Parts: sequence; structure tokens; C-alpha cells
Amino acid sequence: MIFEYQIEGGDFTKAGSASSEVKKILRQLNLEPSLIKRIAVAMYEAEVNVVAHAYRGTMTVDIDTGRIFIAVKDEGPGIEDIEKAMTEGWSTANEKVREMGFGAGMGLPNIKKNADELKITSTPGTGTKVEITCFTRL
Amino acid sequence: MTEGKKHTFHHALKIVEEACIGCIHCMQVCPTEALRVRNGKAVLMPERCVDCGECMKACPVNAIIVEQDDFHNIFQYKYRVAIVPSVFIGQFPRNIPTREIYSGILESGFTHVFEAEHGARLLGEEISKYQKEHASLKPVISSFCPAVVRLIQVKFPSLVENIMLLKAPLDIAAIAYRKKLVESGVPENEIGVFYITPCAAKIAAVKSPVGESQSPFNGVINMNFLYNKVFSIINRSDRKSCQVPDKEQLRDTEMLWSLTNGETGFATGRSLAIDGIQNVTEFLEDLENDSIGVFDFLELRACDQGCAGGILSVANRFLCAERLRNRANDYIKESRNLNTYAGTVNTFKDYLLENIGLEPIKPRAAFALDENMDTAMKKITRARILYSHLPAIDCAACGSPGCKALAEDIVQERAAITDCVFIQKLMLIHQDIKPDQSFDMVEKVWGKKKFADIALKKDDI
Repeated sequence: MIFEYQIEGGDFTKAGSASSEVKKILRQLNLEPSLIKRIAVAMYEAEVNVVAHAYRGTMTVDIDTGRIFIAVKDEGPGIEDIEKAMTEGWSTANEKVREMGFGAGMGLPNIKKNADELKITSTPGTGTKVEITCFTRL
Repeated sequence: MTEGKKHTFHHALKIVEEACIGCIHCMQVCPTEALRVRNGKAVLMPERCVDCGECMKACPVNAIIVEQDDFHNIFQYKYRVAIVPSVFIGQFPRNIPTREIYSGILESGFTHVFEAEHGARLLGEEISKYQKEHASLKPVISSFCPAVVRLIQVKFPSLVENIMLLKAPLDIAAIAYRKKLVESGVPENEIGVFYITPCAAKIAAVKSPVGESQSPFNGVINMNFLYNKVFSIINRSDRKSCQVPDKEQLRDTEMLWSLTNGETGFATGRSLAIDGIQNVTEFLEDLENDSIGVFDFLELRACDQGCAGGILSVANRFLCAERLRNRANDYIKESRNLNTYAGTVNTFKDYLLENIGLEPIKPRAAFALDENMDTAMKKITRARILYSHLPAIDCAACGSPGCKALAEDIVQERAAITDCVFIQKLMLIHQDIKPDQSFDMVEKVWGKKKFADIALKKDDI
């Protein structure tokens, strides 16, 4: 079961709308509440990252009974040093974005904390792909 | 993992079939999409309803009512205790002394009156202890509003563990007063403790408690009902004198507990108060995403202005809140010398602390399309395909609250695609159905009477 959502870069008023849609689906699946929460947090962070840093992106959600897989792919500046970006508190967000309450440098670490598997691939100048997997533990 | 489907839920909101005219107002305001129209009447889905009362407010013909215990039930007991929330006092103008109001309650048939907010004294002390003991659980969400507790169970299962497992002031007050009577030698079975409720959710909570095996109340009396009784007693011209009950003094902060921001003052750290079920729902959505920062305590209430906005409140909710604040100011002056408090709650403090906890609350997952994930996925896929064929105008003429809800109802076998009037038009034009069949389909949802009532006669237009 695959769902796809568009994410608009820079539009903070709509940040989280894709995640909200996915959450509705997760509620219909009778998943473990703690799993819903982990997925909700991870995908929201990934979505906001696109809004904060990229021009545009897509969120693809692929669900089967064994796992929930979420790929967030964006067209944007990319990440120069992924390892560094995974450090808590490290952020490239400008002051304006921080004032909005975003860009505290907790995004990627928070995704890692909540995902069972996380894969980040990035080409500087082109874009980033964040792949999140959460297992349903059947 | 979650409570099974077979579980039954008691609801205090009842649809009076004879009065229901079959419209869409209630369906459209329900925060959990728990209403449908079938055969011209609103029908409640018990597993989804949280007893918030929005439907009752929206109903144009008062066809949704709050059930209540027969007032005469109180006379089964020799000792009849009314546990009264302070918003009841807020129903009356400030110039009527509280002792007069309490006296009116006694004259109506009760033998004892005790304010629900006496329980707030103890709970107020326990909240910050609870926060400390559950430091990893942020935020702690107040368990005070039963509609919010149910909303979280139904719609935000992942936040259920954040609900504070401590009883509400009214329950503590009820346990305390019962204990007081028992200790004074009154046989337990002669005591009837009744809550004067400003809302439907509390009735449901008493009849089918969440987080406790048995409610400390023997019954519930609706606040509007008692208001009418007490109002006429106070205004009786031949009234000789008011019997002044022995009254324990509340502190001002306790008196304001059930208003918005009434609890946050007792919590430690960063706390926030939100009222109104739509506001609460919106906030919980964000909270579930972890997108609104860290809060230590949340006071969430289903009604605007807290309990002053309860559906059984007679007075304007803003006026009620203002009156309570004014009375609380008067109390400040009177209650300065109350530092050495020796009231009922304090007397039985140890006993109450043993009983203050709630049992773990379980999620209800009322939005799951199936217990089996594979089946649920198939249903989701089918519902999405169905939805893409629906007009997306959410007119609710099908008897479901919107097009998405109709698509889900179809896969749950609660509705048919032909319930959609747009689909019917298409089928008519393609001659898949005949006009009389189309008519029957609409009649099935809206009932025969609807058409009889609106039928045009020759001279009408």
C-alpha cells in the first residue's frame, strides 16, 4: 500500500500536513499506539526538514504488515556532512527559521531515535533522501 | 493491546427519536464522527462517542438530551449527599449568598451538601508529586475532563499514557464525605452520594468509569434540573428562613478549579490550559507529532470556559465564570485565616491518598478499520478508491458526515455507494437504476416522513 504526498519548501503554514494525513491512515490500521507515536514524530521531523531547507519534496509511504517505510526526498541544497548533521544541536537553519521554533538541530537525531532503521543519502547542491523504517513487530 | 470491540460504552447523550427531524447539524460538529443519519433519525456509534455534548449544542430541535437519574432515586437513601461543583454557585447572581443556595439544595431533598472542589485541596498537592514521580512522561495530561480522557482514548491512543492517573476533585470529595458519614456510625447502605453535574461526560464516567472499577457516586443529578428546583425554592415568597448547612470553607484557588486555568496553578513547570473540544483536538494532533516543544502539564477541557461552559449549565458561561471569580475574591478575604484547615478532606487524608490513584487507562482505537492489519490495509485501499469517485463536497446527504466518512462506512458495510446522491444521478443518466429506485435510496437514509413533510401541493408555490 503506497501513498505519496507533495511537500512545499518554505511554507511553514502547511508544515506537518502530510504527516497528519499519514497519521489518519495509521490510526485505521490498529497499530500499537507507541508505534504510531514513533512514526508520527519521525515523519513530521522529516517533513519539516524539507520545509525548512529544501525547495520542494515528496513523502512516499509504503506500508505492509511487517513494516512502515517512509521515504522523504527533496530538491534542495543537500547535506555536506551527514555525520555532523546527525549531532544533536547542530543546525544550518538561519535565525529566522529558529525564531519560528524550527531548526533547533534536533530533527535528524530525533528521527534516528524514533526509527528502527534510518538511511540518509544526499548530494550537495541537488537534494537529500531520508528513508525511515519502523517495524510492526507482528 | 487495545480494548476489544465487544466492550460496551455507556453514553449519557440520548437521541429522542420522536423529536429528531433528521438533519446534519449534529453529524457535522461531532469531533469523532460518531453520528450518522439512518431512516431519518440520528444514530450514535457508541464506540466513538466521547460524550462531549457538541451535538446537543448544535441540535436545532433539542432532540439530543442528557439522560439523568430520576430525582426520586435520592430518597432510597436515608443520608442523601449532594456533591456540588462550584459552577453551580456561579449560576446564581452574587447577591444570593452561598449559604442560601446550599440551603435551597437541602430543602430540595438532600440531607448533606459538600462542594466538589474540596477534593482539589488534596489533589493540588498531589499533582506536582505525580509529575516528579513520572518525570519521563512529559507532558502530564490532566484527567479532570472525562470527555477529554475519552477523546484521547479514541483518537490519540499514543497519548493515553500521558494521562495523569489521579482522581478528580469531585471523586475525592465523594469518597471523603462517605467516609466521614461511615466513621460517624452511619451504615454504608443508607448513604447515597450524588453528583450535580454540569456535563454529560461526567454522567458517562459515573455509569461506566474509566480507570476505576466503581464510581464513588450512587447517581447523578443534572445541574439544570437542580437549578430550577433551587431557584424556585429561593424565590418562594412564603419561605421562612434558610437552614444554614455546616459549611467548610473553600480557598479561592479551589473554587476556580473547574474554570479554564484552574488547574495549571497547581502544577509545576511549563503548563498550558486549553478549552474547547476542537482546540483540544488540534493541540493533541501537534502534541502527537512532538512539534510543539516540551510541556510539563496540560489542562485540557472539552468546554469553552471549562465547566462554566458545560452543556447543563443554565447561565451564560462567561457570566458564570465572572461570578465565580467575584465570589472567589470575596473568599480570599474570608479564607485568610484558614491556614490551619481541619476539614473533612484533611481528616481522612491518609485514607484518601490510598484511594486517589486511577488504574491504567487503555486506548480504544475506535478508528481502526479492522483488528487485523492486513484486512485493515485492504479496507483503506478500497476506501481511497471509493473516495476518488465521490464528489468531495461533504454535503452529508448520504447520512454520513462527509465523503471520506461515507467511503469508510461503505467498506465497513454501514453504507452503500448508492447512498451518494451524485452517484445516483450518474446511475440514473446511465440508466443503471430507475427513478423510483433512486427515490427509495434517499428515503432509506432520510425516512418516509421527510418526503411526506416536504411534499408540495398544487397551491404551495
